[in-house]
Amino acid sequence: MPREDFIAVDHFSFFYGAKQALFDIHMDIPERQVTALIGPSGCGKSTLLRNMNRMNDLIDGVRHAGDIRLNGSSLYDPKIEVISLRKRVGMVFQKYNPFAKTIYENVVFSLRVAGRNGRRELDEVVERSLRSAALWEEVKDRLHESAFGLSGGQQQRLCIARAIANQPEILLMDEPCAALDPTATLKIESLIRDLKEQFTIVIVTHNMEQATRCSDRTAFLYMGRLIEYGSTRQIFETPRQEETEAYISGRFS
Amino acid sequence: MDSKPTSFATTGRSRKGEPFVWLTAAGLTMGVVLTLGLLGLVVTKGIQTFWPDRIQVFEIDTGAGTEKVAGYVVQERERRDPQGVDHEEIQIFRGNRELFGEKFAFFDRASIRSQEIPEDILLVERMEGGHVIARAGKILRADGTEVPANDPGFATSLDELIEKTDTKREELRRIEKIEIGRNAREVKELRSLERFEGSTPETQARLATLNEEFLKLDAERNLVRQALAGDVLLLDAVDGREIRIEAGELLHIFRPNQAGVIGRTGEMLRRVWHFLASDPREANTEGGVYPAIFGTVVMTLVMSLFVTPFGVVAAIYLREYAKQGPLVRAVRISVNNLAGVPSIVFGVFGLAFFIYFLGGVVDSWFFPRSEEPVFKSGGVLWASLTLALLTVPVVIVATEEALAAVPRGVREAALACGASKWQAIQRVVLPASLPGILTGVILAMARGAGEVAPLMLVGVVKSAPDLPIDGEAPFIHAERQFMHLGFHIYDLGFQSPDSEAAKPMVFATTLLLITIVVVMNLAAIIIRNRLRKKYATSSF
Ligand SMILES: Nc1ncnc2c1ncn2[C@@H]1O[C@H](COP(=O)(O)OP(=O)(O)OP(=O)(O)O)[C@@H](O)[C@H]1O
Ligand SMILES: [Mg+2]
Repeated sequence: MPREDFIAVDHFSFFYGAKQALFDIHMDIPERQVTALIGPSGCGKSTLLRNMNRMNDLIDGVRHAGDIRLNGSSLYDPKIEVISLRKRVGMVFQKYNPFAKTIYENVVFSLRVAGRNGRRELDEVVERSLRSAALWEEVKDRLHESAFGLSGGQQQRLCIARAIANQPEILLMDEPCAALDPTATLKIESLIRDLKEQFTIVIVTHNMEQATRCSDRTAFLYMGRLIEYGSTRQIFETPRQEETEAYISGRFS
Repeated sequence: MDSKPTSFATTGRSRKGEPFVWLTAAGLTMGVVLTLGLLGLVVTKGIQTFWPDRIQVFEIDTGAGTEKVAGYVVQERERRDPQGVDHEEIQIFRGNRELFGEKFAFFDRASIRSQEIPEDILLVERMEGGHVIARAGKILRADGTEVPANDPGFATSLDELIEKTDTKREELRRIEKIEIGRNAREVKELRSLERFEGSTPETQARLATLNEEFLKLDAERNLVRQALAGDVLLLDAVDGREIRIEAGELLHIFRPNQAGVIGRTGEMLRRVWHFLASDPREANTEGGVYPAIFGTVVMTLVMSLFVTPFGVVAAIYLREYAKQGPLVRAVRISVNNLAGVPSIVFGVFGLAFFIYFLGGVVDSWFFPRSEEPVFKSGGVLWASLTLALLTVPVVIVATEEALAAVPRGVREAALACGASKWQAIQRVVLPASLPGILTGVILAMARGAGEVAPLMLVGVVKSAPDLPIDGEAPFIHAERQFMHLGFHIYDLGFQSPDSEAAKPMVFATTLLLITIVVVMNLAAIIIRNRLRKKYATSSF
């Protein structure tokens, strides 16, 4: 039975130094579904997403209130090691960022840093991950060539393969298609629909059609607050809040 | 309806910047011209050194008659004498030091009666005394026979003579340097053993056999020496005097006025090779610079081995781990200013810290029995370390920049994959910044290879008997003093008794030093470009 509150954001507020970026966000993200975060630029989508694997810890002077729980256990539990947490949460960034390594080494990176170096296992992981990322057929003959030889869309799919290689439970995607052309975007969207069989996916997007095409739930954020959260169909067809309607219909100022 | 062609503004704001463009272009041009001028001077002068000129014979009016002088013109100059009369003078290299005392002489152009290029002039290189310019006289053999210059077999006899001396000299060198050297070293070790642990029948027996061996080698050596001593080549200088050269002294004979372009090119290549591959002679003013090339390359490479890890580790700490604040800023400024400290100060520091302190400690721990200091004196290890210290700011600055240039997304991606901070640095950030780090190492190498002042205090010498790496166990002799091209230039140009004679060598050595630096840099640049291709930073 998939869990409804697989990621539980519990009255979560977040500050960059004196600047408050998130205000009392409260939402439950269901297991093995795609949840889209939408909202105007600077509203805090990335901030919220990056808190789900504590990526914002890297920034000096940040502070939070409230809690986020993954499958019932708090992210901020002092007993939890950030590294082991990040192993459960894969992340794909807006700008594709493969490492200066071969395609193969890019995919197995998360296993290598975890000390898993068995040749057989790595080979299997590479094939499985690249297949899941719909990239296997295109690169299977050049696994040991530099990742920078791939096209932008291929590089982004490689980053997705890298993020899912170590079998995380959650996949966070921050505008994964922002740097891609429409064909590559469609490929990644269909990939997202496939991946939700295995992973809980949270995706930030500026593209309304993308949100309708591939998400089950949508959350609308505005100025650091969660304005509306519901099924994608409800948000786009019968938004309850005025701001939501204005934003999705493009009449937003 | 006809449409007007679009017109673009031809004056106005777009032109405002131009004077500044010219200024920058002028600055660049100036730099390029200066650099090319310097390089051009060094290259032409360096190559001239090796090109065999024709030898001319001048008839010169000395006031009391005429005198014949053979040689080649080195330079021309104007001189005003005390009476205020201008003289055009030419400087001639005439060799034959035993006749004239100096190898060069100035003559007034007005006093030259005639000049010719006779075919039969020889240019003779010998072990000591510099070149001889003269006509062939005759060969006096040890067995009493002689071959006069007009004998049809003279040329072949001369070649045979030189070949014979070459082999004999090689044999002599082998006996002296290798076999007698090994013998002497073992004797020394045994003596030192006896001093500390008392002599035993074994050591005595061994010393006796060694002594016997030495006597045998000595006899062998004398035999070769005798064989070398017997033959003599007699030459006639153009002024009629006779020059006598023992065959053992003969190195090479060339007839510059007979050789065609091919012959002279061949001679030039021989000279270049001789310069690159042989040991210096006669207080470095003759012969080659092989030990100095070797010393320079070894020192520079060892220096890079030290400076790279040291600089990279320091930069990683500064950039990635240290909390950015006033303290780190102060450290960074100090590091940058270290590059501005006069290099001789580093030499003094190297002498005090590395040689006297560290070297003293090493000697007292590992070589308590040695009579002479081993590490407590200048050597290639200490020189490399001193230069590493001198060049470490370059590597630190370059590495910091390279680390800073790695996109944040790449680090975040590594961390998001569950890497620890160190894993992210080691596996992702460092490979991505490798080209930038290598740029720093290249700059450090260029700086280090050309540095001379500090080296004089920490291990560079005018002439070192042995190379720092050779076939004798333990093969790498980090404590040995060594020769260095930069110091060689200084030594030739400013320390040799006859600096005029050394001038061509100065240019040739400078050219060589520049070439070596360029070659080492090119090698590093090729490696860097390979890496860059492999790790090219991704872009849209
Ligand atoms: N490192 C930071 N330091 C300080 N303030 C930050 C930092 N990162 C983001 N902010 C601020 O937090 C707010 C939310 O930023 P965030 O990046 O989450 O917006 P976003 O919704 O992802 O915008 P976009 O759609 O443009 O990516 C913004 O006002 C931004 O200026
Ligand atoms: Mg964002």
